[in-house]
Amino acid sequence: MPEPARVALLVTCLVDLFRPTVGFAAVKLLEQAGCTVEVPRAQTCCGQPAYNSGDKTDAKAVARQVIAAFAGYDYVVAPSGSCAGMVMAHYPELFADEPETLPKARELAARAYELVSFLVDVRGMKAVEAAWPRTVTYHDACSGLRELGVKTQPRHLLGSVKGLHLKELPDAEVCCGFGGTFCVKYPEISDKMVTDKAADIAATGVEAVLAGDLGCLLNIAGKLSRLGHKIETRHVAEVLAGMAEAVPAIGDPQA
Amino acid sequence: MQPTSHAFPLNARAELGNETLQRALGLARTGFPLRRQQAIERLPEFEALREEGRAIKDHTLANLDLYLEVYERNVTETGGQVHWARTAEEARAAVLEICRSVGAKTVTKGKSMVAEEIALNDYLEANGITPIETDLGEYIIQLRHEPPSHIIAPAIHLMKEQVAETFRAAHAELDPTRALDEPRTLCDEARTVLRPRFLDADVGITGANFLVAETGSSIIVTNEGNGDLTQTLPRVHIVITSIEKVVPTLEDAATLLRLLARSATGQEFSSYTTVSTGPRRPGDLDGPEQYHVVLLDNGRTGLLGGEFQDMLRCLRCSACLNHCPVYAAVGGHAYGWVYPGPMGAVLTPALVGVGEAGHLPNASTFCGKCESVCPVKIPLPKMMRHWRERQFAERLAPPVYRSGLRLWAALAQRPRFYHAFTEIAGRVLGWAGKSRGRYRALPFAAGWTQMRDMAAPEGRSFHSLWAERQRRGRRG
Repeated sequence: MPEPARVALLVTCLVDLFRPTVGFAAVKLLEQAGCTVEVPRAQTCCGQPAYNSGDKTDAKAVARQVIAAFAGYDYVVAPSGSCAGMVMAHYPELFADEPETLPKARELAARAYELVSFLVDVRGMKAVEAAWPRTVTYHDACSGLRELGVKTQPRHLLGSVKGLHLKELPDAEVCCGFGGTFCVKYPEISDKMVTDKAADIAATGVEAVLAGDLGCLLNIAGKLSRLGHKIETRHVAEVLAGMAEAVPAIGDPQA
Repeated sequence: MQPTSHAFPLNARAELGNETLQRALGLARTGFPLRRQQAIERLPEFEALREEGRAIKDHTLANLDLYLEVYERNVTETGGQVHWARTAEEARAAVLEICRSVGAKTVTKGKSMVAEEIALNDYLEANGITPIETDLGEYIIQLRHEPPSHIIAPAIHLMKEQVAETFRAAHAELDPTRALDEPRTLCDEARTVLRPRFLDADVGITGANFLVAETGSSIIVTNEGNGDLTQTLPRVHIVITSIEKVVPTLEDAATLLRLLARSATGQEFSSYTTVSTGPRRPGDLDGPEQYHVVLLDNGRTGLLGGEFQDMLRCLRCSACLNHCPVYAAVGGHAYGWVYPGPMGAVLTPALVGVGEAGHLPNASTFCGKCESVCPVKIPLPKMMRHWRERQFAERLAPPVYRSGLRLWAALAQRPRFYHAFTEIAGRVLGWAGKSRGRYRALPFAAGWTQMRDMAAPEGRSFHSLWAERQRRGRRG
């Protein structure tokens, strides 16, 4: 295992509000990987909703707040390819016209990571201490996949979960139709996309579908349950941290 | 063609309910991406080739004035003539003038998206000249009075049964009891009907995939050979194309051709790649007596040097359409103008105005698939975001959306209030949704719950739970 490291968790706004379990799963996995985890209190959101809506002023204001809140840590890790991609790929673009902030944005981008790829690629994690006897499938969320190259890392770690059998999803790399505000601005198109995704998932005959981004998971879980499918939807970190047995799946009743 | 891009949501709704279209799109969704994938797997240097293609286009665009001048000089030297057209109107007028100068009654046309862009057919017809489309897909939609729904497969929205119906109605002189069940029979019938048209035409109009500065040549690729008949049989050949199609050398064109067919149809090379240089020379066995190139700008020079310049690298291969989940859901007509899919979402606002076409760059999840398959690596999502930035700056976004965004942004910039808010929202929504685990309807999120359930939050925000855990002492 590499040197101990001080990691700041970028919780993400959706995990904070909808599913704190994912945050605690991330903390547990990071600690298993030899990291000390801190959670800067001055964080809210990465600014992506404003950025993707063309509101650069607000996106910059929120991004500056993130840059300040996460200064000084060895690494910044988010349990989301989308939010990590915002920091890693888009902060430098956002501040391309501001020479005084650009170096800070680049410096932050250079030590920011998506959770699962951080565990595998940076911390050299090869296996997790978890068991979950289920047949599952995995959806590759777009930003993690295409902006950050997250593809093999989650499969690699899922392979070490005792009892878990991974069945690949046809068209796993096709967007689920979430797209942030897209899903409410163009609900019918989004519905068509997530209906196709739900049909692909259901056709695999799995008990659970996993992914690394809560936005996509809320979308997929919502469609699966609306269509009456009894397929659990979970963030991959919950399973890797061994917390899936204890916590109801996304959209399932609380015990 | 009058754009209906402003009605994109309504267009999309209609197309989502169009069963024939959905069946046709279902077939296309798997075909093109699979063939492209197989083609690039057979070419290990494909990634390096994309980089080379991008560099060729970037270099040309950085020196566009120079290469266009060289191109014109070489067209003139080989006996052809270049007609510069700033606007669609000027381009149409130039074509009409050439047609009139030779007393043309009918013109045959190879497939050209620029001709669609300037609505050439309607204009020629209004001026007493009959245009006949010779690409099978274009011929079908011309008979049906429909615009193309795809930039290389214009009739992709149709099933063969509809084509058979169209042919029965249009080819009334043929035996009404003939069988038209197979694509092959449909193709043969079109060929039989079109053959005399090729021979009768006074003028042949084609587009161009590339213009070569060093030789003054135009290059077209087709799979049907119709382009060759269109440009060699009539007395006059008019190339209607746009300024960004120029490349410096034949070698450059060859590099881009290797990218084009693989990205478009998954072929290594299109069936016909035809280089035309000037009119028939003394001693040539065939070829037109006159060779004209109508070079359209139509706002493209306005993109040079700005945030949309990269769009001018586009080869019109259609890979971005073929891989786009939004295009796959609604088809090309929903986009409401000539260019659909991701490339249309960037180009259409530039050509018809962002006021008309503002929906198009918004109707994307930014899934990034388009950019990942673009043969010349155009950052399509980034440019769609640039359009959104312009809309936001010009206050073109809906006011309710704007104010919602501003409110959220104000909250996000005040972490103390934000954390208090999420803790309350989480507790309320979590408590009320606890027994079911999800909501079937939420008044403030109807756009979401109309289509899908909304998972109830677990109840407490992460930050409040974390703060508690810190107070208790870790693992305490």
